[in-house]
Amino acid sequence: MTSNSNGLKAYLSAHMKDYGLLFALIAIMAFFQIVTDGTLMRPVNITNLFLQNSYIIVMALGMLIVIVAGHIDLSVGSVMGFVGALAAVMIVQYHIPVWVTIPLCIVLGGLIGAAQGYWVAFWKIPSFIATLAGMLVFRGASLWLLEGQSVGPFPQSFQILSTGFVGDIFPTALTAPIAEMVGSRNFNLLCLAVGAIASGVIISIGLRQQARGRAYGIEGEPTAFFWGRNIIVVGALMFLTFKLATFRGLPNVLVTMGLLIVLYAFVTEKTVIGRRIYALGGNEKAARLSGIKTERLTFLAFVNMGVLAALGGLIFAARLNTATPKAGFGLELDVIAAVFIGGASMSGGSGKIVGAVVGAFIMGVMNNGMSIVGIGIDYQQMIKGLVLLAAVIFDVYNKQKQA
Amino acid sequence: MSILLEMREITKEFPGVKALDRVNLRVAEGEIHAICGENGAGKSTLMKVLSGVYPAGSYDGEIHYDGQLAEFRNLRDSENRGIVIIHQELALVPELSIAENLFIGNERAQRGVMNWHETFQQTEQLLKKVGLKDSPGTQVDKIGVGKQQLVEIAKALAKDVRLLILDEPTAALQENDSRKLLDLMLELKAQGVTCIIISHKLNEVRYVADTVTVIRDGMTVSTLDAKGLSEDDIVRDMVGRDMSNRYPERDRRAGDMLLEVEGWNVWHPEHAERQVIDDISFNVRAGEVVGIAGLMGSGRTELAMSIFGRSWGRNISGTARLKGTTVDLSTVDRAIKAGLAYVTEDRKSLGLILDETIRFNTTLANLEEVSTKGVLDQNDETRAAEHYRQALRTRTPSVFQKVGNLSGGNQQKVVLGKWLFTGPEVLILDEPTRGIDVGAKYEIYAIINELSAQGKGVVMISSEMPELLGMCDRIYVMNEGAFVGELPAAEASQERIMSLIVTE
Repeated sequence: MTSNSNGLKAYLSAHMKDYGLLFALIAIMAFFQIVTDGTLMRPVNITNLFLQNSYIIVMALGMLIVIVAGHIDLSVGSVMGFVGALAAVMIVQYHIPVWVTIPLCIVLGGLIGAAQGYWVAFWKIPSFIATLAGMLVFRGASLWLLEGQSVGPFPQSFQILSTGFVGDIFPTALTAPIAEMVGSRNFNLLCLAVGAIASGVIISIGLRQQARGRAYGIEGEPTAFFWGRNIIVVGALMFLTFKLATFRGLPNVLVTMGLLIVLYAFVTEKTVIGRRIYALGGNEKAARLSGIKTERLTFLAFVNMGVLAALGGLIFAARLNTATPKAGFGLELDVIAAVFIGGASMSGGSGKIVGAVVGAFIMGVMNNGMSIVGIGIDYQQMIKGLVLLAAVIFDVYNKQKQA
Repeated sequence: MSILLEMREITKEFPGVKALDRVNLRVAEGEIHAICGENGAGKSTLMKVLSGVYPAGSYDGEIHYDGQLAEFRNLRDSENRGIVIIHQELALVPELSIAENLFIGNERAQRGVMNWHETFQQTEQLLKKVGLKDSPGTQVDKIGVGKQQLVEIAKALAKDVRLLILDEPTAALQENDSRKLLDLMLELKAQGVTCIIISHKLNEVRYVADTVTVIRDGMTVSTLDAKGLSEDDIVRDMVGRDMSNRYPERDRRAGDMLLEVEGWNVWHPEHAERQVIDDISFNVRAGEVVGIAGLMGSGRTELAMSIFGRSWGRNISGTARLKGTTVDLSTVDRAIKAGLAYVTEDRKSLGLILDETIRFNTTLANLEEVSTKGVLDQNDETRAAEHYRQALRTRTPSVFQKVGNLSGGNQQKVVLGKWLFTGPEVLILDEPTRGIDVGAKYEIYAIINELSAQGKGVVMISSEMPELLGMCDRIYVMNEGAFVGELPAAEASQERIMSLIVTE
């Protein structure tokens, strides 16, 4: 028994980084749930939380890859604002159909990423400088495009990108009694069903991985941890989807975001190209001598970042229902902070998609919670700064302890 | 003679490993004391304990220095008592001058304002002591590694050193530079400085040392008087068994022609007018081990890297044929697909991703083999890594260990495994045993022999001539970017190789 508990302790200290982040998010949520008298977890607020942070998370996916590859992109806030402005001008002023505008904007985002990545990858211009230049250029470009004015509102067909919800497929006859039972106006059964299916998938993938690991004699996560972690994750998932179901169901943007998170987690962890990005960030010279086309990979990381920044810009504009010249100012810092809170290393080569997402939620919950409590923006900034510092110190401390 | 330093029963544990287990070391005043041991035996850890990098309290045991119990809390503490350690990787700032480097952290200044007069004056005196004629204002990256090593020693002298510790000081040096350094050590000894030298080069140990302490697996095995000691004696204690033959036997049979390189020319990537490789032609047959001998800077690595996917140089011209057909080696990717593998001389910065696992590194150059449609099969990866771990006898608890935690010899095996996994026909091994201890060297040699028995061609680049003579079927001699001779193993000797280099 003692050896077993020693094993658990050793495992926990070795994986403190992974669990620490999850615990931190839970602790922060619990804290604000209490100090806001339960407002934090009200269905409408949970829906808001997702809407407020969706574009940050979308961009954090791209930023994680850029940072793992050993670079940084300071231009994403400005690019996001610029793309939003362009969409507004195209749709509102030139009446170009939404289904034309959206793909065009996303392609443009890719081109912007390519334009910056070209200098970084093939000319070896430090990414900090190349994208700092990009930040200034696109900040100016937004002002120029909007002529200093706000442009809006958008037609309904564009707004649903951000503020729309997925309608229920189950008949009202079935959902009305449930709504009555839980005491809400309606109940979106599809939302809960999606939560249940996702939970099932998470557990079965986890079990399969464990079984395969065992087959190779790899002692993975101790059983207690495996179930503890999964119960927390599944519990949270079911809780959130239940809450969302009692409001308006799944927001469109949550579905987009969820699919993107799964896609990027898969690409970074399970594919050849993902593996090569980690190799590139871990040791560029060794990667090149292993036959990896490091320059092309760096270039693609920036193209991908541009695409996601454009998508973020569209979501952001649709949510505000207007494009303002100052949209996206300083947002790149929130995105970068989320990635570093999520455990990525400044020197490249390490960091996970899930970490970046949790990092973004930690920031998001704090923003939201502090606003509900009524803490001024001045204190909010200071507290967020200290949290970023604390997260990185925690990370470095853990590494030193292991070394 | 009085005892200057005594380390008693030093035990140092890291989570899960006992790096040092009751190690004893006694160094007499004014002697040169050599510490020998395989990589990972605990030599560097012991020196870190001594110099305060691991502060008092983080280890068990006692250090007595100059008759007192010493409890160093950091490097500064030990330096204040005259203990200076010079690491394998030099701690000089390349952009600063010799004078500035000598007094870093020890500046000649009044109230924070530099006194350049005194700095330069003292630099000149110190440089004279170590036999350097360069001007104190010379930027450090403008002088060679050999001279940089001497600057490091001058820097130690500037701190009034009593006990000088040199960790593998000649690892990166050429023969004549090494000799200069060792002679300087003897001179310092005459002036009363006590030295500890950590080295793998046993001939050097025999040349300078008065006493030899051998450490194995974190324990003191023996402390021997260097007088009358043979290299074999030291080796036996280091590996714990007799090593009658340092180079394993092999059936020498050259098969069909594998790789032919003809008229290879390479220019320097930055200085376009400098031709680094001048019209080189060579070939390797199946089952053959071909050596390339030459001094450092003769262009051996540049030749290898320019062939391997044009990783170095520009305006590369020449033809390469594999089994008679011309192959395109214009990118690393194509070179790998053509059947070439290049094991770099600098495994830490060019060969491995130290923060990643053995598994990650093993499959990196051939991810196609362990993936379908771009999706990795991590079980296949584990299987591959496990295969090479066993085949190459890599000593590690599992293939999920970080490569950075392995010893040099085991790291080299991971690099070899990585390249074997690409299924090469010809392997170019650049200094395959650099910084590796005797026991692991023997294992690497055995692996090379096994490869040749499988019909692969091996090109071996090495600065250690005995190694080339012991392993190769043929040796090309290289000097200043050109081949100046080719010798069959039977006719080769160190003297003949050197005379080819010198007469050219």
